[in-house]
Amino acid sequence: MTSTFLPDKRTGRDVGPPPPATDRARSRARRRALNWLTATGFQLPALVLFMGLVLLPMLFALYAAFFRWGGFGMPSDYIGGENFTRLFQDEVFLGDLWRCLVLVVLSLVVQLPFALAMAVLLNQRMRGRAVYRMLFFAPYVLSEAITGILFGMIFAPDDGFADQVLGKVGLDGLGGEWFADPSTVMATLFLVMTWKYFGFHMMLYLAGLQAVPRELTEAALIDGAGPWQRFRNVTLPLLAPTLRISVFLSVIGAIQLFDLVWVTTAGGPDHHSETMAVTMFQYGFKRYQVGYASAISVVMFGISLVFALAYQRFVLRRDLEGATTTMRGDGK
Amino acid sequence: MTHSRTSRRGRNLPLHLVLVLVGAVMAVPLLYAALSGFKTTDELSRNPVGLPESWVTSNYTQILGSGDFWRLIGNSTLIAVGTTVLVVAVSALSAFSFARFAFRGREVLFTLFTMGLMFPFAVAALPLFLLLRSLGLLDNPLGVILPQAAFGLPMTIIILRGFFRQIPGELEEAATLDGCSSFGFFWRVLLPMARPALGTVSVLAVVTSWNNFFLPLLVFTEAQWWTLPIGVQQYQGQYSAEYAKVFAYLVLAMVPALAFYSVAERQLVGGLTAGATKG
Repeated sequence: MTSTFLPDKRTGRDVGPPPPATDRARSRARRRALNWLTATGFQLPALVLFMGLVLLPMLFALYAAFFRWGGFGMPSDYIGGENFTRLFQDEVFLGDLWRCLVLVVLSLVVQLPFALAMAVLLNQRMRGRAVYRMLFFAPYVLSEAITGILFGMIFAPDDGFADQVLGKVGLDGLGGEWFADPSTVMATLFLVMTWKYFGFHMMLYLAGLQAVPRELTEAALIDGAGPWQRFRNVTLPLLAPTLRISVFLSVIGAIQLFDLVWVTTAGGPDHHSETMAVTMFQYGFKRYQVGYASAISVVMFGISLVFALAYQRFVLRRDLEGATTTMRGDGK
Repeated sequence: MTHSRTSRRGRNLPLHLVLVLVGAVMAVPLLYAALSGFKTTDELSRNPVGLPESWVTSNYTQILGSGDFWRLIGNSTLIAVGTTVLVVAVSALSAFSFARFAFRGREVLFTLFTMGLMFPFAVAALPLFLLLRSLGLLDNPLGVILPQAAFGLPMTIIILRGFFRQIPGELEEAATLDGCSSFGFFWRVLLPMARPALGTVSVLAVVTSWNNFFLPLLVFTEAQWWTLPIGVQQYQGQYSAEYAKVFAYLVLAMVPALAFYSVAERQLVGGLTAGATKG
């Protein structure tokens, strides 16, 4: 499959007199082979690294998921799809799926709109804009584990900072057990995730907003569109590709959530904040049910894959529509 | 003129209030931790919210005076540098080939790499651990460096390929006429020109490696190799009753990342937005 992106620069550069026809054909074939060898030679290190440490382990997990296996020696106790049937009757794992969905929905409904609102605010000329931008984004560069430990202490029941402050301003009712209470643990987790990650999404949106041509919003202004109409009908459609990327990253983040949960609750109390990655870790590294844990890995992989493919298809279709309805093609 | 100006400021006032409020929510946890580090644990339980009665520096100085903290910093640095050098070098070669050659199988290969972008690390963690164990790479910095580099490939290749494509083809022809080989062009012409892009992907790789928790948690059982996030978690477990000390530790552990961010903000934000829009 030779691509049409680039002309083959390595042919037809001979400055000497043209050699006889058969010789020329032979030397062209040789040159093409050489070209292929050079090109793939440059790919070799990346390919070895990627195959060996990304693809190969994944394939092995797929294999190990069909065995009852403690993780030592080679798997030998073949049990067919038993790990998978057990997985989909495992209440903790079903809960993981539910909690993943809850986090995704909360992100889409609360975190991303909030990030978008902040991006729109900070896209205006105003004093202190750079400082706010830097401050909102700063938590993104912190380690998730370190952030988690910090908030675990801030939300410590009773003597933590959060409860103390709420008590001081007379809002004791709002305080509580935070991470320690099954009914609030997910909300607390989501609060910390928003603190850490909304700035990242805001930065994406700001980059997208900067690419919106000023003439378009000005034209809408002249046509008598109000601020909301300008945002809804001009800015938002032009921002759509950025929004879709941000949603995608948000979902992938929810699927693989581990560090934050592990250092704050380790999945507790009583599994109420457990995620797929935490369950996998528990079975794979604490209980030595490696076959079962592999099945969890495979299902996580499957969910990512199905989501990515479905999403790409959806994104692709929408972007093609966008190209015809919003003149995105002319934008740049 | 002045009238319209004041009215504009008046209209912006609610917006400023919102920003100040959000800014406070962002900053207060960090400031609170920093202040708490200057208290004793006793004072912290008596006076959790206010300024320290007397500024105690011993929490901070004790940590800075211990070899443990600096060993964590050293390990994290070693692993971040190793990962970055490896992933950038390998990705640059690959991106060069993707951007400047037309060859059979190119699009298939590129799709393979971009697929890697979609799969979270947590998915491969368990089988990766088994592989590293069988290779004898547990409790070895390479056990973290190699997988981190492998998982960093897709994003790095995509960003670099986009950059390499923008460099005009005439330049390569000129270099070839001057007797430059493909690798010579890559090494002597393309890489120096791509310095900004290399900076961007390097910053991304450093930050990702510095903050990684899951992989070092799996690979390093010996304290000798712990990285900063693991060390912080262990410290918190060990001194869980001495809040003030843990806060001081957390603050010191955050300083390198925040300092790096303040220096490399442009590359980091540029790289993240480029990665997101081109991915």
